[in-house]
Amino acid sequence: MDQHKASELSRRMMKKQLRLSLSVASVFVVILVGLPLINLYFPELARTGVGGFTLTWLILGVLFFPLTWILSSWFVRGTERIDADIVKEESN
Amino acid sequence: MIELGFVLFIIASTILLGVWATKKSQSVADFFVAGRSVNVFWNASAISGEYLSAASFMGVAGLIMKNGYDALWYPVGYAAGYLFLLLFIAGPLRRFGAYTIPDFAEGRFHSPTFRKIAVSFVLFIGFFYTMPQMKGAGTVMMGIFPSWQYWYGIVIVGSVITFNVALGGMKGITIVQAMQYWVKVFAISVPCFVVMSFLGSYNENLGQALAEPKGIPTIPGSVVSMKGKVGAPNNALSLSTAGETMVKFETDSVLTAISVIPKPKSGDVFDAAGSINAIGSTLDISATSKNLAIPKDTLVEVKPFEVTSKERKKSKASLKFEFETPSKIRVTAPRSQNDGDAYAPNAPNNEKWLNPFGPLTSKNGYPILYTYSLIIALVCGTAGLPHILVRFYTNPDGKSAKRTTLWVMVMLGAFYVFTPMWGSLGRTFMPILYASNTTDSAIIKLPTILGNETLGHFLSGITSAGAFAAFMSTFSGLLVSMSGAFAHDIYGKIIKPQSSADDRKNAFKYAAVGVGVISMLLGLMVESFDIALMVGWAFAIGAASYFPLLLLGSWWRGLTATGAATGMLGGGLLSLASIITTMLIDKKYISLEISPLTRSLMEQPAIWGVPLSITLMVVVSKLTAKQVPPDVDTMMLRLHAPEELGHSKDYIS
Repeated sequence: MDQHKASELSRRMMKKQLRLSLSVASVFVVILVGLPLINLYFPELARTGVGGFTLTWLILGVLFFPLTWILSSWFVRGTERIDADIVKEESN
Repeated sequence: MIELGFVLFIIASTILLGVWATKKSQSVADFFVAGRSVNVFWNASAISGEYLSAASFMGVAGLIMKNGYDALWYPVGYAAGYLFLLLFIAGPLRRFGAYTIPDFAEGRFHSPTFRKIAVSFVLFIGFFYTMPQMKGAGTVMMGIFPSWQYWYGIVIVGSVITFNVALGGMKGITIVQAMQYWVKVFAISVPCFVVMSFLGSYNENLGQALAEPKGIPTIPGSVVSMKGKVGAPNNALSLSTAGETMVKFETDSVLTAISVIPKPKSGDVFDAAGSINAIGSTLDISATSKNLAIPKDTLVEVKPFEVTSKERKKSKASLKFEFETPSKIRVTAPRSQNDGDAYAPNAPNNEKWLNPFGPLTSKNGYPILYTYSLIIALVCGTAGLPHILVRFYTNPDGKSAKRTTLWVMVMLGAFYVFTPMWGSLGRTFMPILYASNTTDSAIIKLPTILGNETLGHFLSGITSAGAFAAFMSTFSGLLVSMSGAFAHDIYGKIIKPQSSADDRKNAFKYAAVGVGVISMLLGLMVESFDIALMVGWAFAIGAASYFPLLLLGSWWRGLTATGAATGMLGGGLLSLASIITTMLIDKKYISLEISPLTRSLMEQPAIWGVPLSITLMVVVSKLTAKQVPPDVDTMMLRLHAPEELGHSKDYIS
């Protein structure tokens, strides 16, 4: 494959993949940065009791795990679709 | 001796499974990367099995018991770190087709020198990570057999694993680790449910703490063993500010110092003169005593006192004893208070334990800074651990590497969600562990208080077996990646590039034995260090060295070998240096007055280490832009193009 074509293909591909990675990452970063801020500025909200848990404990100690599963399956689905599209475009 | 039965069973099945898998592992590729034939489910089990170390199995529950909410960031960060790995690193790394991170370093930049730097970090991080595993092995064995010495466990675990790895390479351990993941999940979940069925559920326990903000668990007057100076900073007894405490010294003891806790700030006004006295003894003891020898059977009474701050705020303070010699003490209270049960020393009250910005993150006065730095270290550090990254090569292609990562996150979440349950059970039902600074052992000891002795030993046997599976699998992973670095990178690429594949296979076996022996020797030296602390070192170095390399190496064309090497060395070594300095201060090997802010930044260096490393990489790469490999576009295709397009390349097929 010549240099020019390699450059064009790799840039096109990486742009799509990176956009997906960054969107998932930004949701994740907002949560990671946001939770301590909520704890700091809205302590009463964070301490609200939910079935024995405090709200913030329930989020960090229990719900955080399924949340990362949702984010990662969103990414895996998206990235596989991007790969499939690229393969289709290139084989045409 | 039900516990012994379980532990022996785990050791024996590890050996047998390893031998069996080795018979099936013949080719050289099998040996190094399990022939890339491992399917997504088993590979994910193996990665999870390898990742869940002694720190995860025992340390996390212990940290949550000790520090409460803030420590929840540990299990979350350990599991969530894989999201960054998935988003930015897993696919490209696998598609690049290199065996090890040093392969990536050299292949990406055509720089054999950079390979050497990258190899040194495999060994750095690897050895730092092996030490806590070894310590776990030693202490669990001592817990099961009180008469055993620390080194017995290390030698047993070390030899079994070294034997397995030298024999079977990667394939031999892939199946073993996959099995050990399931052992660990079983061992952390089933006993937890049984214990909760006796003692009350997770939310009931937390709910009680929530209902009583000022509450502190109380301990009946059982004997507590205190570590001496070698155990520092875990040799302290901070008496509760909630009520009076009587400490009876059951052995002759020496206290390094008595001091006021919380540590007075400038402008604080208090009178600690009447806070301590020895009952019926002429012993000269005060709130400022240093190097004080206390004879056996002395009874000391400590009363909390009032402190008025510069801003005229009133609070309670009490005293902290630091033990010079290992000692046995009995902690009680006057009859009039809780029927003589003392408030557990070293335990924060419910409010501080349950809510954010408690003792862990607030200790230096910058809780939000500490919290963010901890999050960065955990999240970026996970994506920079060489023994985990090497596992991604055992996937057949980039697509399965990503799917594997998704499964790893599910499997890790299913494990870690139990750690806070153990932590909260430990707080309510075994507060004595606070006094002796051994909250690490909560998961092993909790089942024994159920009242039903056989069931208790049975469950404790299961959790001990889980702990064993934890350090055995992590140690095997580390041994494979370090031996691989020696055989593949140092011997195969640097010492003797013309060596045949079989030569390298033999080199791997010798390296495994060598690295195994060194690891055991290092393990013997770290008896007094905290498991979680040592793991923190490995994460901080990984976060500031490999993570930036892989992130920028996969996504930025402009990265040069010089830039990447400068960033790795600058960020990684400075983080390492600051962590070691803090540790030396804690251990009192050096005395250095540092401000609380500096102290926070040195203890949790990720918040500056990661940005420093990335900045150095970018700036130096810009300065050395001429070195950008001419075929960088081909590199990017190799990293990112789906396998179907035929741009990927495997080092050994």
